[in-house]
Amino acid sequence: MDLRDTAEEAAFRAELRTWLEENVPDELQGHRGGAARFDGPAMRAWSRALYDAGYAGLTWPKEYGGGGAPYTHQAIFLEEMARAEAPPHVGVIGLGMAGPTIMAHGAEEQKARYLAPILAAEEIWCQGFSEPGAGSDLAGVRTSARPDDGHFVVDGQKVWSSFAHLADWCILLTRSDPDSTRHAGLTYLIVDMHAPGVEVRPLTQITGEAEFNEIFFTGVRVPVENILGEVGGGWQVAMTTLLHERGTLGFALQAALEVQVRKLIALARDRGADHLQRDRIAREWIEMEAVRFTNYRSLSALMKTGLPGPEGSISKLVWSEANQRVTKLALEILGPDAALSEGNAPYGGYWQYQQLRSRGNTIEAGTSEVLRNIVAERVLGLPKSR
Amino acid sequence: MDFTFTPEQEALREQAREFLAANPEPSWTQLAELGWTGVSIAEQDGGAGLTFVEEAVLFEELGRALYRGPYFSTVALTLPALPDDLRAEVAAGETSWTLALGPLVPDLDTADRVAIVGGDGIYELEGEERELLTTTDETRPLGVVRGGEPGRRLADASVLIEIEARAQTALALEACGVARRALEYAIEYASTREQFGKKIGIYQAVSHPLADAYTRLELCRSLALWAAWCVANENPQAWTRPSLAAAAAKSSAAESGVAVCETSIQVLGGIGFTWEHELHRLYKRALGIESFGASGTTLRAEIAAALLNENPEGTPVVVPAPVSVEQGG
Repeated sequence: MDLRDTAEEAAFRAELRTWLEENVPDELQGHRGGAARFDGPAMRAWSRALYDAGYAGLTWPKEYGGGGAPYTHQAIFLEEMARAEAPPHVGVIGLGMAGPTIMAHGAEEQKARYLAPILAAEEIWCQGFSEPGAGSDLAGVRTSARPDDGHFVVDGQKVWSSFAHLADWCILLTRSDPDSTRHAGLTYLIVDMHAPGVEVRPLTQITGEAEFNEIFFTGVRVPVENILGEVGGGWQVAMTTLLHERGTLGFALQAALEVQVRKLIALARDRGADHLQRDRIAREWIEMEAVRFTNYRSLSALMKTGLPGPEGSISKLVWSEANQRVTKLALEILGPDAALSEGNAPYGGYWQYQQLRSRGNTIEAGTSEVLRNIVAERVLGLPKSR
Repeated sequence: MDFTFTPEQEALREQAREFLAANPEPSWTQLAELGWTGVSIAEQDGGAGLTFVEEAVLFEELGRALYRGPYFSTVALTLPALPDDLRAEVAAGETSWTLALGPLVPDLDTADRVAIVGGDGIYELEGEERELLTTTDETRPLGVVRGGEPGRRLADASVLIEIEARAQTALALEACGVARRALEYAIEYASTREQFGKKIGIYQAVSHPLADAYTRLELCRSLALWAAWCVANENPQAWTRPSLAAAAAKSSAAESGVAVCETSIQVLGGIGFTWEHELHRLYKRALGIESFGASGTTLRAEIAAALLNENPEGTPVVVPAPVSVEQGG
């Protein structure tokens, strides 16, 4: 047990910190998660800079153009990115979900074709999993893929797709067997977002911004070589994707929470906080440290045994609820000024925006209800509710 | 960064769990024979020359087993104040100690000797009268001392900062051990007990509180192990203010220990409310841990003062990089 960076980790962190200080573009720093994050050219340029500096795909194997670095480097990378309030690589879906899934299930030609452009931010990916009728219950997917002359013809609707309006490719979960139900009969496809019949419509959310999109597929022809895994084997492939979605994500979330708690403390210093508020500030600082060291425990287990520790499964659940409390506490400290927004609000409306945005945290990437089911059934071994 | 136990530390945990299961009321001599009383005492004084991290493993297991005896009061409370010759006696199992930090002193029935804080020093108390008081938690007796004279001066009072950190961390670890055992009872019960034709663990009204209990427990355990690592690897003699890690661990684990026990009692229903089941004893130990020393509210007030930079003595160790709130807009 040693909670300090090793000499090698410390050197990596120091070099990265300096690089971020010098390279994060002013207009993208301290992003609210809003419009700037989805500005195509600026984000692509930033992502390309990350790639050129060797920070894209740190843990990807070298043979696929990655850094071949240990998970601790990825953890340090995510911590430092959040502390610098740097925007993420625009290819987060490609780097964190599509890429690892292609590495696990893809044919050699697919690996050769798709992986390198993800790292260089030359091609952006989005995820087509959720549907209006299939959210937490992903096995209810109905988007159809009908075989036709060396192609699949795709019809249906996907929803909550971040980056879809910028994306070149989509990892799409479809039902290829119309007579199947639930987990059988699903096929995982790689779909060209520029193909005829693909239409993307932005979804305006609670904050007034459009972070997510709906994607409509109408008679979209997808060549059979774009299957990932086997026909009918889509569920297993999708599980690989979701495993990666929740993988080292915990580190990014903890680091984001640390920034948020630091800002909360600065706010309390600036505006004053009463005794009850101070108690809650201390609670949130404690919670943030607890998430940090829980992530460390899980990552250490991963490094030693190849499997993340079970305690890692709670990070996203705890973070999402903590972020909701922290942002609401900030509004309380702001007092009547909390009612103002944007330019008329203190700090440019930062807290008002963050508080509204935080309501999505317990819904996206696994609802808190689903995550509690996962802890109950897979970690505690309680009988399955379904 | 490595936040795992070594194979030796894991072996120590296994040994402790097996031994305490077979010997629920071990004597001080037995603990000394296992090497537990001298874990962090130097080898030349007859100890193992290990660290507080190994002691942390034992505190967690001793909490789980509801151990009754002077281990906490000797190893967590008094050891930092003891000179080498007296440490050697502890390592050899010849003496156990307790420290009168406040009016209520733990383990007066089993500890051989008593230390007191007086002025700028910690002294051995001689010729005192001891009176045991009735307590809700029977596994950690409390009492008062009357009369007596300060004898040998053991240490400068500056060692109290380390003692406080060790005590808070040890209590946090005990609370984790207690909560783990209580949660295991609840999981076992929810996995076998049937109502309305189904195992009750199927109902999310039961399973989600248990998932939350597990979540609280793991978060607290992370804090407690962090605090233990700080005690073992930082230089507590150089600390100029209380350890925030230990305060965070104690405030959080003590409250969560109680809450996890309460969830477990609820899941076990009527059985959980009986004298016969062990749960009430775990619950009472958790309550005893919570009331020992500073409360969660007090500790959080200290943490808030440090975070908001209102402690003029302290250096702001918490938030290394300045962040401007304006950056967010």
